[in-house]
Parts: sequence; C-alpha cells; structure tokens
Amino acid sequence: MTAPRDKLGRPVVVVTGMGIMTSLGAGKADNWAKLVAGESGIRTITRFPVDGLKTTMAGTVDFVSVDPFSSTGLSERMAELVTEEALEQAGIGAKADFPGPLFLAVAPVEVEWPQRRELGRAVGALDFNYDDLLRISGGGKYSAYHHRFMFGSVAAHLAETFGTKGSPISLSTACASGATSIQLGVEAIRRGETDAALCVATDGTVNPEALVRFSLLSALSTQNDPPQAASRPFSKNRDGFVMAEGAGALVLESFEAATARGAKILGVIAGCGELTDSFHRTRSSPDGKPIIGCMNKTLADAGMTPDQIDHINAHGTATPENDKMEFNTTSAVFGELAQKIPVTSNKSMVGHTISAAGAVEAIFSLLTLEHQRIPPTINYETPDPTILFNVVGNKARDARVTAVMSNSFGFGGQNASLILTREPA
Amino acid sequence: MTDTASKPGQTEVWITGIGLATSLGEGLDANWAALAEKRINVDEKGFAPYVVHPLTPVSFDSQIPKKGDQRQMEAWQRIGTYAAGLALDSAGIKGNKDILSKIDMVVAAGGGERDLNVDTGVLTAEAKGANAPGFLNERLMSDLRPTLFLAQLSNLLAGNIAIVHGLGGTSRTFMGEEVAGADAARIALARIASGESDIALVGGSHNGERKDLLVLYEFGDFNLKDKFAPVWARKDHAGFALGSAGAFLVLESKAHAQARGAKPFARLSSVVADLARRKQPGDMAATLEQLWAKLPRREGKGAIISGATGAEPATSEERDFLKGHADFPVRSTGTMFGHTMETQFPLGIALAALSISRGALFPPNDSTGTEIEMQGAPTQIVVVGAGHWRGEGMALVEAVS
Repeated sequence: MTAPRDKLGRPVVVVTGMGIMTSLGAGKADNWAKLVAGESGIRTITRFPVDGLKTTMAGTVDFVSVDPFSSTGLSERMAELVTEEALEQAGIGAKADFPGPLFLAVAPVEVEWPQRRELGRAVGALDFNYDDLLRISGGGKYSAYHHRFMFGSVAAHLAETFGTKGSPISLSTACASGATSIQLGVEAIRRGETDAALCVATDGTVNPEALVRFSLLSALSTQNDPPQAASRPFSKNRDGFVMAEGAGALVLESFEAATARGAKILGVIAGCGELTDSFHRTRSSPDGKPIIGCMNKTLADAGMTPDQIDHINAHGTATPENDKMEFNTTSAVFGELAQKIPVTSNKSMVGHTISAAGAVEAIFSLLTLEHQRIPPTINYETPDPTILFNVVGNKARDARVTAVMSNSFGFGGQNASLILTREPA
Repeated sequence: MTDTASKPGQTEVWITGIGLATSLGEGLDANWAALAEKRINVDEKGFAPYVVHPLTPVSFDSQIPKKGDQRQMEAWQRIGTYAAGLALDSAGIKGNKDILSKIDMVVAAGGGERDLNVDTGVLTAEAKGANAPGFLNERLMSDLRPTLFLAQLSNLLAGNIAIVHGLGGTSRTFMGEEVAGADAARIALARIASGESDIALVGGSHNGERKDLLVLYEFGDFNLKDKFAPVWARKDHAGFALGSAGAFLVLESKAHAQARGAKPFARLSSVVADLARRKQPGDMAATLEQLWAKLPRREGKGAIISGATGAEPATSEERDFLKGHADFPVRSTGTMFGHTMETQFPLGIALAALSISRGALFPPNDSTGTEIEMQGAPTQIVVVGAGHWRGEGMALVEAVS
C-alpha cells in the first residue's frame, strides 16, 4: 500500500473502524459468524400485536433496550453502539473528540403512536378533534417529545457524544441512505476538507405504521411461516422484502492520515456513484438506464473496469421487480461476467435494514474482503430461471475477492453504488 | 466547524436561478413588491390561537401539469416542486435535457404530513373503548391511503422534483430542521467549487398550515400565539409563526454559466455551519461569532438577512450577536415570511441574491430598532440561520465583480 492518491489524483479514502448491529446480533464478530453460517435474523414480531397485519415478521433488534421506547430512540441507541465499536477499532482522536464531521443516514423522524395515544388519553374525553390534542400539547409536559422528534435529534446527540466537528448532516435517500452517508464522507476527504469522517447509518423503524405503509404498497413478503424463510432474493417464489432494523458505522480516513498515525487499514472506498431515476416514485425506469448509469459512474469513479470486480453485494431485496431489474442492469454493465461473478444478498438473512442497508452491506462487503469468504444468500431453493446471477446460494463460499461492488436502490429514484477494495488500486 | 469557502484555485459559484413561492407571492417580482410595501400575509384566525403565514394561492398546474402528479403529493411537496420549477425557469434551463440530465440536487426537507382524520379516528375510537390488540393495525390497514407514505417521505420532495421536471443527476435530501437548509447549500457549493459538480438545484419547501406540526412545536411551547408581532418585538411574547414557502436556487460554476450565456443574480462565496452545544447562555452567540469570522468578507456595503425565528432564547442570543455588527443593517425573513423551517436558509440566500441583483436592500419592518434603513446598494449580504433548537449556519452572498 503505497498510493496516497488515486488515479484521478484525489486522496485515497480508507476505512479504519467499523461497527455493526443487525437482527443477528451486536458487533462484527457475532454478525460475521452468523452470516457465514447462513443464519437468519428474521422472526415473528413480538414488540407489538400483529393481529390484522398481512406481514407478521421482521428483522427486529430486540436485544437493545430503550426507555421510553420509540423507533427514533432505538435508531439513536443503535447508532451510538455501532459508533463506539467503530471508534474503538479505529483508535482515532480522543474520547468525545472525533477529528472530523458526522454524516448520518437516518429514517425520517415523526411523532409515533405511543406518544400520540398518550396525548389522546390526556384529552380525557370520549369525542375530540385535532384542536383538542393541540390545546393540551403545550405547557412543558411534553417538551421531551419536541426534542425527541426533531429530525436532527439523533445526529445532534451523536455529535455531542462523540465530539464530531461542525454541523452534523442527517440525510435520507431512502434505501440508499447508508451508501449516501459513505459517499458524503468520501467526498469531504477527497476535497481535502477533513482527514477523517464518521459515517453512520441506522434504522429502528419496525413499528405498526411503518409496516402498514410498506404493506399498502405491496412491497413486503407475506410468507410469514416460517419467518426465517421469508426473504428469498433471486428465487422464483420471492414475494417482497422483509423489514429489518440495524445500524452500521464506518470511520473513514485519508490513506495518508491513517498511515501517518499507524492505523490498521481495513479496506478502501475505491469508488462511489449515484444517479437519479426520474421515471416513477417507487419503480425503476423499465430500460434500467439510471441504474446502469449509476454502476458505470461508480466504476469510472474507481478508475476500474467490470472485469476487475470479483464480487457483487447485491441490493437483492427479494421484491419481484428489484431482483430482475438488478440482474438486467448488471448484465448491461458487466456483460457475460454478470453470470460469472459471485453475487450475494445479505438481506436473505438480515432483512432490509432500509436507511441503514447501504452501510450495513458495505461493512459486510469489507468483512468479505478481510475473510476471503462470501456469505450465502439463504432460502435459495428455487432459483428464478430468468435471473442468471452466479448466486452464492445457501452456503458460504471461499473465494479470492479483491474488489466488491455494493448496490443500493431506493424509492424516489435513488440509486447509489460503492466499490470497496482491500488495497488502494 | 465545517466550512466551504472558495479557496484559491477553486471555482467561483454563481446563483443563476431563483424560485420563490411564499406567503407573499409567487415569483421574484411579487415577493419583491410585497417586501417593498412591507406587506405581510399573516393568518391569526384559521389556526387560532396559533399564528401562521399561509401560502399565497398559486396555480400548481403551471409547473406541475399532470394532475396525477399533484395527487401523489401533499402540500409541502407541491409547494417545493412548484418553486423548483420556477428556479429552473429563472435559470433558463427548464426543459433543457442536456443540463437537467446531469444537474445535482440537494434538498432540505422535513416530511410526515399526516392524515388528521385517520389519527383522530383511531384515538377517539380508543377513548370509546376499542382495545383489541390489532385495532390500530386494522384501522391503519383500512384507512391510510396507500400513496400517503410517498407524500410523507422526506426524500420524495426530491423524487417528485426529478419526476416532474426531468432531473437526472444526483439527489440528496438533508433533514434536521433549519440547519439542513444551510448544509444543503454548503455541500452543493463545496461540490461545485471543487469541480465535483457544475450545476446544482438547492432548496426546500415547507407547509406551515399543518396542525400536526403545530402539535410538535407546541410540545416545546415554540408556537407564536394570538397576535402577530415582528420577530424582534416578541421577547415577552416569544414564538415562531409557521410559514408556508418553497425556495430553490440554481447554483452554477462561473465557467458553466458563462458557456451558456447565463447571467448571475449574485455569487455564493461561502457557507459555514456548526452545532453549538447551547448549554450556557452565550454559547450560541459565540458560535455565530466564530462562523462570522470564517466568512471572507470584503470592504464595501454589507447587510444581514436573518432567519431568526422569534423563539427564545435563540432570538435574544442572535440579537446580541447582531449588535456587535451594527454596521450591517439587518432584515428578518421570520417577520416577513414566518418561520419556514428547512426552507428559511435557502429563502435567505434567495433574498440576498435578489437584493444584490436589484441594487437595494428591501426596507426594514421592525419597531425595536434592530432593523435600520440602508442607503445604496449592498455588495455583500450575510445570511444568518440559527435554529430554534439546534444548528447554526451562515452564508456570504456577494455581487459578481
């Protein structure tokens, strides 16, 4: 590793710390062991009643306690825990003094049902309207709810706890959010604004309304029994994604700064790309051009050609449309290689961690590079004959992996890809 | 502290398009005329006791021609998609496929516009004894409009802009109340100044006529009640009056603008932002002072456009900071437009650019002496955005030399 600058003359951006949490467990060691063992974190929801719901399972994180509970509170706590893990590994800065900005991917924040119900009960009448709720909201009794449900509240808490510098950015690019947080960190380092950036993505939004919302859009799997078999990326009988919770944190540094302080380099963010699809709010352009463009931009950003990618960590949501579109667009970019490069979807085991997915899967990609072993796509019993990916089905596979492409596609035409490598190109 | 200033060797960034749809009017001339006449559009009755600045009626059809598109959005997204279209028109790039296919977008957004009938329906049924375990699930499954979610998602403002106006570059949505607007401008400026991007659409939109938002801010007793007063005159009757507005800017590298013959309103020279801890009195004012010191101000007539909300203690702290810079006449967007949250900072940049391009600052509208008359044309305007709760941002807008 001797290249402080990439082919385009920009600082090389490396990863020196990672923290992760999913429904499989807390931390890199636990997650990786279960991931390569093909374990599923999907289970029947116990957090709230599931009566009347079409989908009754999810990849919830139930081992982290938050009191009083809220989805935003869980997102915040998970983000805090994964950041602690990442900072401990990186050994950067001092306690509560991280030497760079924070980029946080977080689900949009809103007042939630437990708090809304508390207000409803406080009105103390059988019949009332929204004005009555409004009338009793003030006076300081609920001031903690104002702070909790500010969009910027999670980022402000993390910035204060870890002492990140400047204005922390909270962002949402739907299911691509985690990748976008990494991209913003990479760009800040490449511009020379900072030597280090903390990129965190978190999502703890398995709650009744969130589940209903995706359900009403027919996006979720309804194969509830057994829950572990619900998420079936690339299978003929896939029927939607499985909502899940999780968080990931990455410490990014310039290669120069990392080596100067003798940090262990875990991998390189060699390329980032992003391209908007203006076709439809929830569907990809049928010709796939925006996704194709996104992958091509990412390759160009990394200064690489398709034959240099030896693994694809797919978006692989297991919705009928996504997986087919991902194969078609990957084929357009990679040609016949699309059928040779080993492809896997972590979502078969951890579900779709929505706002966190891009970062969670980037970390799994970096662990794949470290261990030279590709985690399986489980529940791959009946391959979709029209999706000719070389899927790493059901069992982990040892492989020589030098460069991974990780894809994220989201509602609102959000497409983002990353290329992660073991060493600078 | 994170900052974006044009450094030697970096590209100069121009503001070449502005789109405004506010409580005062639609388009630049209508807003400018209202400011000149000190006309404020405030509603003290519709949401009484809360005071709001309602959107001026606009014809959404002119920027969002398909009714189907309009139906897929809630008001905040329609306002933003409309204002974004005005900004593209203003920059002369509406329908220009070559440019729109690569334009980068950074949007500051809230979200979550709720269906109040569904919410109160559930709560009153529960008050009357509905307590089956699946009651909430069943009501939400049957009562929520399937597409309402898309009208609530923060990043779907950007998504709708892309769909309606045919944008195909990058798309990023920042959240986090007031400072999200400053960060959106900061990142877009940094990307253009460093050559990562040539042209960007930046802005936000807000629907202030929402009871669910009033509930959220009422939790913290932030809403202005009963009677309107200019922001600086609210010390003993603190609070903000939510405002409806969409404000979008087209930012462009000087070279890109010149190559297509586009004229600048002004130059966006610097955007800085920080997160004061706000634990002790004076913390926020100290952060504003540090941000001020980072702006590459020059000799020449200057002014300040403040996004002060009227909420305390933030507004008093900001006034203390402003007193130290009394040679810069101050104007408050909160007084004229209400508090438009994520949109307030882009709105401030828009008015700064407009004032510079029209060769005059709009008149003061204040009884406390915080705002004073300004003679002559400003050559530099500092936009100040201090959040009602967290987050501080500042921008320097200059005349193109």
